Amino acid sequence: MSQERLTNQDETVSSGENSADPTSEPLVDSAIEVPGKNATSTGRTILRAQSFDVYYDDVQALQDVNIEIPEKQVTAMIGPSGCGKSTFLRSINRMNDLIDAARIEGELYFDSKDVYDEDVDPVALRRKIGMVFQHPNPFPKSIFDNVAYGLRVQDMDVDEQQVVEESLKKAALWDEVKDQLDKSALDLSGGQQQRLCIARAIAVDPEVILMDEPASALDPIATSKIEDLIDDLAEDYTVVIVTHNMQQAARISDKTAVFLTGGELVEFDDTEKIFENPEHQRVEDYITGKFG
Amino acid sequence: MSTETADEITSRPSERATVERMYRYVFFACASVSIAVTLGIVGLLGWNAVEFFTLPEVNPVGFFTGTEFLLSRDQFGVLPLLTGTLLVTIISAMIALPIGTAAAVYLSEYASDRARSVLKPALEILAGIPTVVYGIFALVYVTPFLRTFGFPLNTFNVLSASVMVGIMIIPMVSSLSEDAMSAVPDSLRQAAYGMGATKFEVSTGVVIPAAISGIFSSYILALSRAIGETMIVAVAMGSRSRMFDFANPLQNLWEGNQPMTAAMVQINSADNVSGPGFLSMFAIGMTLFVVTFLMNLASNRIAARYREEYE
Ligand SMILES: Nc1ncnc2c1ncn2[C@@H]1O[C@H](COP(=O)(O)OP(=O)(O)OP(=O)(O)O)[C@@H](O)[C@H]1O
Ligand SMILES: [Mg+2]
Repeated sequence: MSQERLTNQDETVSSGENSADPTSEPLVDSAIEVPGKNATSTGRTILRAQSFDVYYDDVQALQDVNIEIPEKQVTAMIGPSGCGKSTFLRSINRMNDLIDAARIEGELYFDSKDVYDEDVDPVALRRKIGMVFQHPNPFPKSIFDNVAYGLRVQDMDVDEQQVVEESLKKAALWDEVKDQLDKSALDLSGGQQQRLCIARAIAVDPEVILMDEPASALDPIATSKIEDLIDDLAEDYTVVIVTHNMQQAARISDKTAVFLTGGELVEFDDTEKIFENPEHQRVEDYITGKFG
Repeated sequence: MSTETADEITSRPSERATVERMYRYVFFACASVSIAVTLGIVGLLGWNAVEFFTLPEVNPVGFFTGTEFLLSRDQFGVLPLLTGTLLVTIISAMIALPIGTAAAVYLSEYASDRARSVLKPALEILAGIPTVVYGIFALVYVTPFLRTFGFPLNTFNVLSASVMVGIMIIPMVSSLSEDAMSAVPDSLRQAAYGMGATKFEVSTGVVIPAAISGIFSSYILALSRAIGETMIVAVAMGSRSRMFDFANPLQNLWEGNQPMTAAMVQINSADNVSGPGFLSMFAIGMTLFVVTFLMNLASNRIAARYREEYE
């Protein structure tokens, strides 16, 4: 794994701005400070891709994606396997930097800043845009240390105890683990681990949470817990979620983006519209299961 | 299914069964030979050690408490040899463990595929150099080099030999630790990067803790190797045993010394192949065996204890 770009940037982070004042990330100079996270959802665009392409070596995984993702809403990404949903998600917080072969073209704005600008530090970016993965990946540490991990790497000056408790509550896990915070996170069930990963992501108070099929490895009950949770999260955070489950997308999202084979974003609209009356025949075929 | 098919799968040609049985015996024989040889060596070592301890001129307690080892005067204190061994082990560990671990982190987390494909074989070559070469190198180059820093080194001295032993075991630490780190699932790294961790934080805060059992066992194996190392110390540390001088700790580094292994070589190359001097070799060998055996045991314990840490 060589990540020249990230490595260089890493140095900036540890020596520069972040260590000085980690809580107010100067990632996006012009970012509008959101006063209190409980402001009603305005539908303001927080993420915007413009003619955005991604290549893995010579293979194009995303073609000319244009999308405006609204703040504090749930945006679902659906589409057949290999159509580039994960690729797009990973592009948003620059996790693609970790893949040597990945290369991007076009623009992708977080607030008003193109995240691929030279002066953007991917480490700082990921502190604003958290991620939850398909398979629960808690650290082999205690439950407490898992949730506190981000606070520690980001050197946040907060009451750990309190933030851990709040995050676990938001992730609907507190009642199940409050008496065993010292226990290894690996002793939790898969569904609990995934909620722990969500708690870990929200502990650092990001603005956006990316979720890549967060419930695909879980049973129906654990899945419905995660879905309820996502609903709650949208009060405070912008959630972008990839799912293979059409009903899930319909249930939990405000907006839905449909990617189809070839890495094309075919349609993006209100979820209701997509599922009831899509513009494109191809989208309708996909949703009704005729294709894909 | 026709009866013919049934016949085909039920009837077992007798030759095949015989051949199978033969393979079984061959493999069993090979396995037994290595076990038998090992047991035989340990048994003979123990037998001869017992013979040594029961000699009239030998005091078994004195062997473990004596601070002088002098064959010509029938002084068989193992302590100077043991402290000599410890000294070499500790100094070489101070060199090999940090450097080896850092090299492993580099190879596993930082190096590009190209850098890794050059460096790994290079480290393996380092591991393939005969240790006598390291010994001569210590004597001819390292000692004069260290003297330029003002260290008052004798021709034969503990410091250069230990430095060389340390360098010799670096590849062992780095390659085994790297295996352990590479085995840490990528999902953990992704989780940490996704939380806004830097590469350094991912390496030290996630990868190393998750790989810690493998790293520890690499340490212990490397230390066992340092304890058992013979050629470098025989060549570069002289042939006089010396009890550790607690009054002048540094002085111990400037002077020569003789660890257990080198003492055994020296005894063995003497003419007299009977009597207490010769037999003392087996008692020393037994002591050495017990020390390394305990370390290997510890290594297995540690590895087993943490094995499935990230599963
Ligand atoms: N690390 C990689 N290296 C090379 N090609 C990749 C890599 N990751 C993804 N791809 C390719 O990019 C395309 C899009 O992959 P991506 O993982 O984004 O699809 P997806 O929509 O998330 O699929 P799924 O629903 O199966 O998760 C695929 O053709 C895939 O083969
Ligand atoms: Mg995917």
